[in-house]
Amino acid sequence: MNEQNIAVTVEGLTRTFGDFTAVEGISFSVSRGEIYGFLGPNGAGKSTTIKMLCGLLQPTGGDGTVGGFDIVRESEKIKKTIGYMSQKFSLYDDLSVEENITFFSGMYGVTGKTRKERKEWVLEMSGLKDRRAVITKTLPGGIKQRLALGCALLHEPPVLFLDEPTSGVDPVSRRNFWSLIYEMAKGGTTVFVTTHYMDEAEYCDRLALIYRGKIIAEGTPTELKVQYMRRSVLEIETDRTFEALEVLGRSGIETALFGSLLHAVVDDVETATPEIERELGKAGIKVIRVDKIMPSLEDVFVTLIESA
Amino acid sequence: MKISRIKAIAKKELIQIRRDPLSLAMAFLMPVMLLFIFGYAITLDVNNLETVVCDLDKSTLSRELVAEFGESEYFTIIDHVYSQREIDGYLDRGEALVAITIPQDFSEDIKKGRPAELQVIVDGSDSNSATIALGYISGVTGLFSKRIAVRQRPPLIDTRMRVWFNEELESRNYIIPGLIAVIMSVIAALLTSLTVAREWERGTMEQLISTPVKTPEFILGKLIPYFLIGFIDMLVSVLLAVFLFDVPMKGSLFLLAGLSSLFLFGGLSLGMLISIVAKSQLVASQIAMVATFLPAFLLSGFMYAIPNMPRPLQIITYAIPARYFVSMLKDIFLKGNPLHMLLFETALLGIFGLVVFGIANKKFKKRIE
Repeated sequence: MNEQNIAVTVEGLTRTFGDFTAVEGISFSVSRGEIYGFLGPNGAGKSTTIKMLCGLLQPTGGDGTVGGFDIVRESEKIKKTIGYMSQKFSLYDDLSVEENITFFSGMYGVTGKTRKERKEWVLEMSGLKDRRAVITKTLPGGIKQRLALGCALLHEPPVLFLDEPTSGVDPVSRRNFWSLIYEMAKGGTTVFVTTHYMDEAEYCDRLALIYRGKIIAEGTPTELKVQYMRRSVLEIETDRTFEALEVLGRSGIETALFGSLLHAVVDDVETATPEIERELGKAGIKVIRVDKIMPSLEDVFVTLIESA
Repeated sequence: MKISRIKAIAKKELIQIRRDPLSLAMAFLMPVMLLFIFGYAITLDVNNLETVVCDLDKSTLSRELVAEFGESEYFTIIDHVYSQREIDGYLDRGEALVAITIPQDFSEDIKKGRPAELQVIVDGSDSNSATIALGYISGVTGLFSKRIAVRQRPPLIDTRMRVWFNEELESRNYIIPGLIAVIMSVIAALLTSLTVAREWERGTMEQLISTPVKTPEFILGKLIPYFLIGFIDMLVSVLLAVFLFDVPMKGSLFLLAGLSSLFLFGGLSLGMLISIVAKSQLVASQIAMVATFLPAFLLSGFMYAIPNMPRPLQIITYAIPARYFVSMLKDIFLKGNPLHMLLFETALLGIFGLVVFGIANKKFKKRIE
């Protein structure tokens, strides 16, 4: 990656709150036009990281740049070049759709003819053309999120930060939302997005897995699966899932619940399959099938966390 | 600084106030209510003091004196009694505040040219009213003795008193202008004390501080709508003072408007500063209340004259903007003073406003701490 192509880069970024270290010495780079995902459970340090990148939170250690500006010393310049959408819906609930758009146009310094065009664009992309006078409070969650995204894009920022943009939104709206993110990226916008949905992480160009304030793995979704999963994943279907989980756990096989199925992580499929069938048979549990499958990101994540 | 940004914030704030009944009530009803409550409750005039009379002389002269008391608006004679015991009863029960006893030889003494005695007992538990009552009593007896003395020989000194600036000595006339200053101190700080804290509480601040808006743009944009509200409140208060409370308005309305604006700038900035530091609406409004009401009420010269205060307290009063506004309003209303006689107050109000506005700008951080 050459300098010109880097949108975001951090080195040893750290943030502590008293005794608690929320983010511990993380380093990564995001190139222009990339969709970069930050995947991790709640409390892993995703929001803290994104707030430091947006110039909202002062790091306690390390440094970095966003759009070429220093995140410690030039946070106000960063704010001109980014769009930020926080985890919580943070437009004004008591303002109408149009009033919110007008207000944020003002904040981003979008005026005159551009303002009019951008307003129509936001109304279009959020599907609110006929509901511009509606008070924002009354809109459904998915629409609100689209409006919030639109407002963060009013000034056409080259870098976009999205903090859990789809939390609490129904699956259909989530998919629509992601097609918007794709469109942005196609137009050259760099998108930095945090999520705890594994399926969403699959949509990202590159991913960092963050756990307890540290990046535990980084790469494209496929790289992560191949690189970090040298062991194989077996999908097991039985008539009594919970009992089977207990039995396999007792016999030392690394097993996790996956919906109504079990995923077991094993070194050698050839020896493990008969062993699993034998153990379950001894406990009187009927094995319907055992298949080797392509590991999902969740498998990767679970394995990495267990070894962390 | 971008005017368009200031305008966008001011407009947004106005829309929010308009849609929130609670904000509206606080903005427009509270000052009027306070003015009514305090305007009618605080009066230093004493009228219709309940009085019992024990006339043991029962002469034409003594009856003339009693009639004099009865006719004055300051005393209401509730009973005539004939013994000290009955007087004690009235005073003990609190039914009468004043008891006047005219001794048996009252008219006899006067006729013989001897000084006649008059016994007066005043309930001193309300020392303020008691002092005023004593003044009225000596006023009435003084006039009375002057009149009967003229019948015998001309007086040695004939004093003619005149009161300036508040000719009717109506306490309301100087209380109301001061009261407006006190109320506006509280209202100004309260109005803005919620505005920044509310954005933190609702989570809208996070979005706002991620935009390139500059701190002075933000603070000015937030001040403007509340300035308009404060100005309207001030206007309504002045109208009520003149037309409801009959306070004379001798000075220039333009001067009043200009100085009120200067005062509002400081008061609103103080509320803004409190809101920025407190980050919680409840805490901010309570701080705003305590930080403005008590000093404005007690140390502004509204209730107690500043020259009568102990020296350390006097020094503190210089830091209280209400001090300057109270005296400005009294001077404009009652004396009609022009600006050049109010320069000291104007300068200090201006300094206060600039300093507080400056600190508010410094304290506001576009970061989450």
